Amino acid sequence: MVEEASLRVVRCGGSELNFRRAVFSADSKYIFCVSGDFIKVYSTATEECVHILHGHSDLVTGIQLNPNNHLQLYSCSFDGTIKLWDYIDGILIKTFIVGHKLHALFTVAHTEDSVFVTINKEKPDTFQLVSVKLPKSSSQEIKAKEISFVLDYINQSPKCIAFGNKGEYVAAVRDFYLSVYFFKKKTTSRFTLSSSRNKKHAKNNFTCVACHPKEDCVASGHKDGKIRLWRNFDDDKKYTYTCLHWHHDMVMDLAFSVTEGTSLLSGGRESVLVEWRNATEKNKEFLPRLGATIEHISVSPAGDLFCTSHSDNKIVVIHRNLEASAVIQGLVKDRNIFTGLMIDPRTRALVLNGKPGHLQFYSLQSDKQLYNLDIVQQEYINDTNLIQIELTKAAFGCQGHWLATVEQWQEKETELELQMKLWAYNKKTQGFILNTKVSMPHEDHITALCFCNAEKSENPTLVTASKDGHFKVWILTDDSDIYKKAVGWTCDFVGSYHKYQATNCCFSEDGSLLAVSFEEIVTIWDSETWELKCTFCQRAGKIRHLCFGRLTCSKYLLGATENDILCCWNLLSCTLEWSTKLNVSVMGPDPNSENIAAISQSSVGSDLFVFKPSEPRPVYIQKNISREEVHWGVFIPRDVPESFTSEAYQWLNRSQFYFLTKSQSLLTFSAKSPEEKLTPTSKQLLAEESLPTTPFYFILGKHRQQQDEKLNDALGNELVQLPLTENIPAISELLHTPAHVLPSASFLCSMFINSLLLSKESKSAEEIPDDVDMEEEKESEDSDEENDFTEKVQDTDSIDLGEDIMHQLSKSEEKELRKLRKVDYSWITAL
Amino acid sequence: MGEFRVHRVRFFNYVPSGIRCVAYNNQSNRLAVSRTDGTVEIYNLSANYFQEKFFPGHESRATEALCWAKGQRLFSAGLNGEIIEYDLQALHIKYSMDAFGGPIWSMTASPSGSQLLIGCEDGSVKLFQITSDKIQFERNFDRQKSRILSLSWHPSGTHIAAGSIDYVSVFDVKSGSATHKMIVDRRYMGVSKRKCIIWGVAFLSDGTVISVDSAGKVQLWDSATGTLVKSHLIANADVQSIAVSDQEDSFVVGTAEGTVFHFQLVSVTSSSNEKQWVRTKPFQHHTHDVRAVAHSPTALISGGTDTHLVIRPLMEKVEVKNYDAALRKITFPHRCLISCSKKRHLLLFQFAHHLELWRLGSTVATGKNGDILPLSKNADHLLQLKTKGPENIISSCISPCGSWIAYSTASRFFLYRLSYEHENISLQKVPKMPAFLRSALQILFSEDSTKLFVASNQGSLHIIQLLEGHFKHLHTFQPRSGTVEAMCLLAVSPDGKWLAASGTSAGVHIYSLKELKAYCTVPAYNFPVTALAIAPNTNNLVIAHSDQQVFEYSIPDKQYTEWSRAIQKQGFHHLWLQRDTPITHISFHPKRPTHILLHDAYMFCIIDKSLPLPNDRTLLYSPVSLTNESDVRRRTAHAFKISKKYKPLLFMELLDERTLVAVERPLDDIIAQLPPPIKKKKFGT
Repeated sequence: MVEEASLRVVRCGGSELNFRRAVFSADSKYIFCVSGDFIKVYSTATEECVHILHGHSDLVTGIQLNPNNHLQLYSCSFDGTIKLWDYIDGILIKTFIVGHKLHALFTVAHTEDSVFVTINKEKPDTFQLVSVKLPKSSSQEIKAKEISFVLDYINQSPKCIAFGNKGEYVAAVRDFYLSVYFFKKKTTSRFTLSSSRNKKHAKNNFTCVACHPKEDCVASGHKDGKIRLWRNFDDDKKYTYTCLHWHHDMVMDLAFSVTEGTSLLSGGRESVLVEWRNATEKNKEFLPRLGATIEHISVSPAGDLFCTSHSDNKIVVIHRNLEASAVIQGLVKDRNIFTGLMIDPRTRALVLNGKPGHLQFYSLQSDKQLYNLDIVQQEYINDTNLIQIELTKAAFGCQGHWLATVEQWQEKETELELQMKLWAYNKKTQGFILNTKVSMPHEDHITALCFCNAEKSENPTLVTASKDGHFKVWILTDDSDIYKKAVGWTCDFVGSYHKYQATNCCFSEDGSLLAVSFEEIVTIWDSETWELKCTFCQRAGKIRHLCFGRLTCSKYLLGATENDILCCWNLLSCTLEWSTKLNVSVMGPDPNSENIAAISQSSVGSDLFVFKPSEPRPVYIQKNISREEVHWGVFIPRDVPESFTSEAYQWLNRSQFYFLTKSQSLLTFSAKSPEEKLTPTSKQLLAEESLPTTPFYFILGKHRQQQDEKLNDALGNELVQLPLTENIPAISELLHTPAHVLPSASFLCSMFINSLLLSKESKSAEEIPDDVDMEEEKESEDSDEENDFTEKVQDTDSIDLGEDIMHQLSKSEEKELRKLRKVDYSWITAL
Repeated sequence: MGEFRVHRVRFFNYVPSGIRCVAYNNQSNRLAVSRTDGTVEIYNLSANYFQEKFFPGHESRATEALCWAKGQRLFSAGLNGEIIEYDLQALHIKYSMDAFGGPIWSMTASPSGSQLLIGCEDGSVKLFQITSDKIQFERNFDRQKSRILSLSWHPSGTHIAAGSIDYVSVFDVKSGSATHKMIVDRRYMGVSKRKCIIWGVAFLSDGTVISVDSAGKVQLWDSATGTLVKSHLIANADVQSIAVSDQEDSFVVGTAEGTVFHFQLVSVTSSSNEKQWVRTKPFQHHTHDVRAVAHSPTALISGGTDTHLVIRPLMEKVEVKNYDAALRKITFPHRCLISCSKKRHLLLFQFAHHLELWRLGSTVATGKNGDILPLSKNADHLLQLKTKGPENIISSCISPCGSWIAYSTASRFFLYRLSYEHENISLQKVPKMPAFLRSALQILFSEDSTKLFVASNQGSLHIIQLLEGHFKHLHTFQPRSGTVEAMCLLAVSPDGKWLAASGTSAGVHIYSLKELKAYCTVPAYNFPVTALAIAPNTNNLVIAHSDQQVFEYSIPDKQYTEWSRAIQKQGFHHLWLQRDTPITHISFHPKRPTHILLHDAYMFCIIDKSLPLPNDRTLLYSPVSLTNESDVRRRTAHAFKISKKYKPLLFMELLDERTLVAVERPLDDIIAQLPPPIKKKKFGT
């Protein structure tokens, strides 16, 4: 039972992974990226998030490996601190308080005790590169006071600064010039490109810079897609540069390969990673179709991996031979959300617009995109002037069996192209398959889409409402197939009301009633006969939101209008139960309770009201949940119900409320204190030193080892125990405890040895022969393997550390005997 | 109604021939350029890139190689198998000598300048000794399988590199035997091409051999071991030329795509001594093949099939911002190819192998300033006169009355009499022209068309009296004793009293035609004369020099005029001095004695001596046409009135006081007549 702190609005994942360059660990096993206030540690092999480093209280703006100890990581943040982490264990080692807002962080190998940060002083647009001396002290929090100025008037972005040739110089670019500061000579050379307004030089702006690891060579990217390689830049007069030109749009980032610098990587809006070999224009390799604009490129210190961060919040780990090996995908955020927030009933994933024309399934638990469903199924062409097909509406029906989507394309006022697609869930492929495509389901924009989700309903039903004044009912019927196996959706009923535009539609919980709002009027239809039952009209402006009450409140219908009136009608008496003045911008019912959440907009911020339809008094009010407009909100059922005792928080017991603001930050409410709010996965998936940690490993990895050992020797049975060491508490404790807190080795030794021994009681006589039989007879049957896996887990759980070694011998003897017996037996049957 | 009615002539169908070779002479800072028609031009880089000399072309003399040796001696070799030496004083060919190796593809002079090496079609490399007045065959090197397309000496003179087809060989000069044979990769972007032609080689003093080939590669070889050190693939087409700077810290290559690449030797890190060759800047100033490149200490010079000579200064080498610091593009010759008959409104166009006579159109319409008037009578192509023989025309002229045409080639002089009967023209050749008139550099008729003045390349001036149907040799002004300097420019006073002549180097001589003797010499000036003219009535001689200075010299007073002294004292406007091309023609307004009309390829200027001179603060040129007289008078109250409406302007002359003729040759029309360039995919098309 958690202590009930006051309810806070918290960011729940979905933060940008592509805000800064990702950083590789020295052995390329991990990749670090900033993510809001946290730093995430991913495994490059499995794409799994291994750690989340918490500690900063504001946006993390830069991370770098400690050049003197590659098991440590520096990070800087807007909160004015530089923190040093042990990323293997996820421990904060030290905090250096600088005081200024830090915008970027750089480390250089030869400067032992200082790092470089970008700060801004006085004016908002003038940034300075300064070096901060990190004092040596044993205390946890140290003030770093010694700041020395390096370069002034630089660009805020860390892409515009690069250190070269083991820290002998630093190159910075801004607008139209490149400045190089030499630490030894303490001089700055500045090179300016022509910036005249004429067509040829108008896009000469520098966008990024990179330094060659071995040679005195600086590569700069430009807005017109050129890459310039500067040499001889220690001489103001004799400097020279080469141009490489392939990109047609801005070069977003550049990186040299680490070891020799023979290849230069560049990326931009074309979503193509270009590798320039030997810095020659003719010798280049491409990795195309990366999906979205390349924002950052980084190279692992070992040189075997590259990674690109993309504008769709994705990190792609790329092997040296230009093959993408892993994709870390966060919540795609760079687009308008038309579909709103939905819940996939099967995976409990949040579903919303993703990449252009796609629907993304985003797991809130693991802060990871589960998959992408391509709805539009057309090649996306990146062009600012092109009008794209928009995915505007989507809805799930029948416990996730069906998905309906609407896409529209409108170039001119009169030319509207609409398409409705219905997708069936296929259990075999675990994905949605297009079932029916309806082109122009309505004459005008579709305003609402809803499935009849009643459990009893035998026939899936979908209702669409459109601005053309009609609502259409679509039902699943047999398709024109002689085997009557194919099914498809057809229009069953078209309803209208006095040629008003249909604006919303909603089924009651049991599916017996359909409410459709026509501008100011709400109409109630019987879903059996499609008869108009009654109408409600409050003359309070057009209906913006419409929803039925749930559970005990299912006799109520709620409607929010544009004139800031929230009405509640009683369907039994067909009267207005209550109404109140509330500017509702988002309204969502909780599927597990009677509660309905409404968010109202005001000039200062957004307020949340939670209420039950049966009474006009709110259950809970939270003022000013966000300074921005809230665009969408949804209740998500909890896997494990919480038990808040306090009256005010009871509405959060069974579901959690998530909402999306205008700037597309996904927020939720939490009653836990900040320290406690850990993602559960981060605790479970502690770093295994050499093992990639996926759930599959525990099943498949063991399976393989078992098979190998069986082939190798008859004594394999004993060795089978080894892969299960992670389940032995003594060993996992030994491996996971930081070295500096472990007791002496002599003390640990006996404990460790004991833990490896097997107890006699755990192996009962009946169990073992069964076990071996199964393995020998059906080597590849998965279910059996799983069975004995679980059995062994139970075995090892009950290990007694004080057991004798004698039992092992007896067991092997027993096994040999049993084998002999078995051979005899088969020989007899052969006779 | 504007001040002048302008005939805007665009039917001069002149196409310069493409540049084949370029040779830079460091000692005299001169550049020799040979064109595909065999013409060789000498540019003086110290005198604002003025084309001071030229040798007329010859159909059978396709030049393939050009080099300077022993300081000032210029040699060329070509596909006719001959080596030619040029006489730079008398502007004629000193001698030609058959090398007996078939067509010659390459030639280079030894670093000491005393030996000449040629590469022949039959695979032989021949060494010639340069003697004081001739060259002498010394010996053959080991014969190779295929033609030798390029040659380069090691700066010490001990080894040479020879580029052939598919391989580069290194010879030891002493023994004449090949020490290494370096085979070039034939593959072109992964595809095996037929053959890889080594278009150029360069031998550096550290033993590195640089080769450029038809597969688009620039390769660096170690000549000691015969191994490939580095390869740069720079083009999808041939790399055709290479030139290395004297310091060996940069070189330049030209490709068939029209791009010129600059390579520089830069240190790998500032602390270490290790250096590497890096491709730095590409320059795309050509549309067609860059057949030849040269590397002067301060500039990259390139020329090719598109007929431009491009001089791209290296900004890091240019100390002060002066004339050298700007990109120069030389397309047209710096002499007049057009003469005009004012009386009959005729234009004579000179081409390499023919002359064209055109009559200008006329109009009866009038209009406002700037209007385009409709023609009532179109321009007529009256005559096309073809030369006999393979030689190019050197100079030509039509008399002011329009009844005489004279032209000369290297071996003969031709004079024709034209007679007009209504619409018909009859042409009659005047027979038995004397042999001493041949290879005349300039021909001029007197204003009344009774006398013909011919400047020959021997330095002498001949005066011919023209009579109805025949002629009489009146007099010859012999050059000063001891000098054989050729005379290139002539000017005669309209009253027929004075003749001014200028040679290739400085110095204008004035002769009295009454007394038939030398009258005086204008004080010498450092820069060559680009145009000469004598004003009517006052007999002031106006001289334009290649450094854009203009002098006015009073012949009767034998001194510079007051105006000339004034402008020299104040100095010309800085923008005037920074102009690109030399003044090629000067004329005068018959009614306004204070006006001088002059033009270069990009502007036409009327200097009004009565107005105050501009200083550096005043605006020299404002882009409003100067035809609206009263307006311009009020606004720009200084002496220089400039119009840039017509460009490139090849000729501008005042036909009468209200009529101008301007001959333009748009560059697009020249490009359209050239062979199509290599097609390149343009992004976004």
